[in-house]
Amino acid sequence: MIVLTALLLLLVVTLAFETGRRRAVTLAVDTPRSLHSRPVYHGAFVALCGGLPALFVLLVWLIAHAAVVEQLVLAQLPEALRGQQPERVALFLAEARGIASGHFENQRAAPELVAAAADFLRFSTFSLRLLPVVVLLVALAGFMASLPRCTPALRAQRRVEKILRALLAACSGVAVLVTIGIVLSLVFEAFQFFLRVPISEFLLGTHWSPQTAIRADQVGSSGAFGAVPVFAGTLLITAIAVLVAAPVGLYSAIYLSEYARARLRAVVKPALEVLAGVPTVVYGFFAALTVGPTLRTLGEQLNLSVASESALAAGLVMGVMIIPFVSSLSDDVIRAVPQSLREGSLGLGATPSETIRRVVLPAALPGIVGALLLAVSRAIGETMIVVMAAGLAANLTANPLEAVTTVTVQIVTLLTGDQEFDSAKTLAAFALGLLLFLVTLLLNVIALSVVRRYREQYD
Amino acid sequence: MNSAATKISTRGLNVFYGDKQALFDVNLDLRRNQVTALIGPSGCGKSTFIRCINRMNDVIEGCRVRGKVILDEEDIYCDDIDVVQLRARVGMVFQKPNPFPKSVYDNVAYGARIHGLADTPGELDEIVMTSLERAGLLDEVRDRLSDPGTGLSGGQQQRLCIARAIAVSPEVILMDEPCSSLDPIASARIEELIGELSENYTIVIVTHSMQQAARVSQRAAFFHLGAVVEEGETSRIFTDPSDERTRDYITGRFG
Ligand SMILES: Nc1ncnc2c1ncn2[C@@H]1O[C@H](COP(=O)(O)OP(=O)(O)OP(=O)(O)O)[C@@H](O)[C@H]1O
Ligand SMILES: [Mg+2]
Repeated sequence: MIVLTALLLLLVVTLAFETGRRRAVTLAVDTPRSLHSRPVYHGAFVALCGGLPALFVLLVWLIAHAAVVEQLVLAQLPEALRGQQPERVALFLAEARGIASGHFENQRAAPELVAAAADFLRFSTFSLRLLPVVVLLVALAGFMASLPRCTPALRAQRRVEKILRALLAACSGVAVLVTIGIVLSLVFEAFQFFLRVPISEFLLGTHWSPQTAIRADQVGSSGAFGAVPVFAGTLLITAIAVLVAAPVGLYSAIYLSEYARARLRAVVKPALEVLAGVPTVVYGFFAALTVGPTLRTLGEQLNLSVASESALAAGLVMGVMIIPFVSSLSDDVIRAVPQSLREGSLGLGATPSETIRRVVLPAALPGIVGALLLAVSRAIGETMIVVMAAGLAANLTANPLEAVTTVTVQIVTLLTGDQEFDSAKTLAAFALGLLLFLVTLLLNVIALSVVRRYREQYD
Repeated sequence: MNSAATKISTRGLNVFYGDKQALFDVNLDLRRNQVTALIGPSGCGKSTFIRCINRMNDVIEGCRVRGKVILDEEDIYCDDIDVVQLRARVGMVFQKPNPFPKSVYDNVAYGARIHGLADTPGELDEIVMTSLERAGLLDEVRDRLSDPGTGLSGGQQQRLCIARAIAVSPEVILMDEPCSSLDPIASARIEELIGELSENYTIVIVTHSMQQAARVSQRAAFFHLGAVVEEGETSRIFTDPSDERTRDYITGRFG
């Protein structure tokens, strides 16, 4: 039914387009040169006037369909049933819907259930039959209404372009709306959390042990929600990862783009990109089973105590994971620097390395910062490697040889398993998420402004 | 011809871009402290030729150069030549202006800094100012020395590139259509500069303007389809060309 509606709509729109175009052409025959826009734009104008409202109706209908049908069924229910607790009514409706769609046996169902199911079937069939009619009527109405306005003087091109621009703006609006939605949901849950735990404790507390007691006399019964150690852990591991990935990634990008021959690059670049495709769980194995123990053995030889789960192991492996982000993107931006700049520098007697340092890298800097930033946000958001290799202990330490934990890991441990959704423990996850979001946002803003200032200077 | 008068000579120069040959057996002598103009229709290999003289073709992947280019009795394509040193001696102004994304000042100071030509900031200022002055740009950019060089107009950018090249005082200056985006006044300034420079430097200039070639150069070479068709004193080439293709070109019958 929906496919049919869409096809019919397409037909009407095509018809509208042709009619509008023809009309413009005929009008133009009488008074040549006076047509404000080319005939296609008249066609497009009529088509849009018919198609857009109809499409809007179609979408709204599809979204509202289920809810409306449910309300209608509800209205038919006997008073006794409707007066029940909301959960029971919902359950009843769900069962009726199940029977209506043939998922459940209806032989042994209660008669009122069968009646409700029949209502469901009736209303929803009606709604779906009505849909194409309404949509077509709307389309035709728009078409008819716009046709008389299709005169030679109509600034069809400008109108069409205005409508298209609005559509494009709406599309980019979707991304913004989704972001706002995510933030709002985080804010709401985080607010619940801050009702239980003071915000100052969360932001400034240096102790993180998010259990709530089952019995009042338990050890650590109070729970502690100081987020500082958790964020410190994220910071430490991310810093280690960037220390690994930034030089390695950047230098390999420079090698690939400036020194490597085309044939070598064709092999090495995809090979580096494979690193990005390795599942993070596999990196986790590698960190926990290979890098961690190796570091500990090394540490023993140097008389250092290295925890078997250490920030260093996780950070190193995470650094390896984000190398391809840095190298591949930086390689692209470095290669986008015009060859003429390199030649200009070489032609003045600069060596290739001077050329890279003084001309190529500064010109590519905005892109390189972007690549690094992307890598950093990957590192901050990475969870698996840290769970497996850095441990769960929320130590507040700057020593990379100890176990630490990160924001993402804590969120996962707080939310997995059976949880009550209104305990401070669970809600803490949302507060952490919100703060993490704000931190990465801040990071992005800073980086963008750095890039912009740089652009202003050299563009 | 005596060798003291010859700064650069090429012998059996063949250049290939991949499988495509762009220069065929070019033998040309460029005289010391003279201006040599290279003329010829588009795509005939003028840029390719002058890029051989400072080994700029090395940076193009797939470009092969065969034959000899002798600068002061030394083959610059032999193994023990230092390409970087060579390019400091043989400066180049490219066909398309290519200022660095740096300030006007830093653009001109670039070469001088790299080669350590100035010991004090004062000396560097001196080099930058004289170079801009000689390129006829100083008056226009005096208050904008710290603005980005890429923000100048096309013609200003071209003069900036000329200033940048002469700031390192090369022995030879290769100019690939240095006036292609200049107005007559700025062109005249550059021609004047070329005249001044030729007292101490050897200059090779590619130009599509016959009048310009006639005005600035002492010698001229006519390129056609990757080969030198004719070469000699400018006055003779323009008044009494011996090859029919040269005559057709300078009288504007093709090219
Ligand atoms: N990088 C390159 N790769 C492949 N072929 C090239 C390259 N550069 C030049 N060529 C070819 O070599 C020939 C000579 O080119 P060149 O740039 O030397 O011509 P030109 O005389 O400078 O022309 P113009 O007056 O238009 O600048 C042309 O056929 C051109 O297509
Ligand atoms: Mg050229």
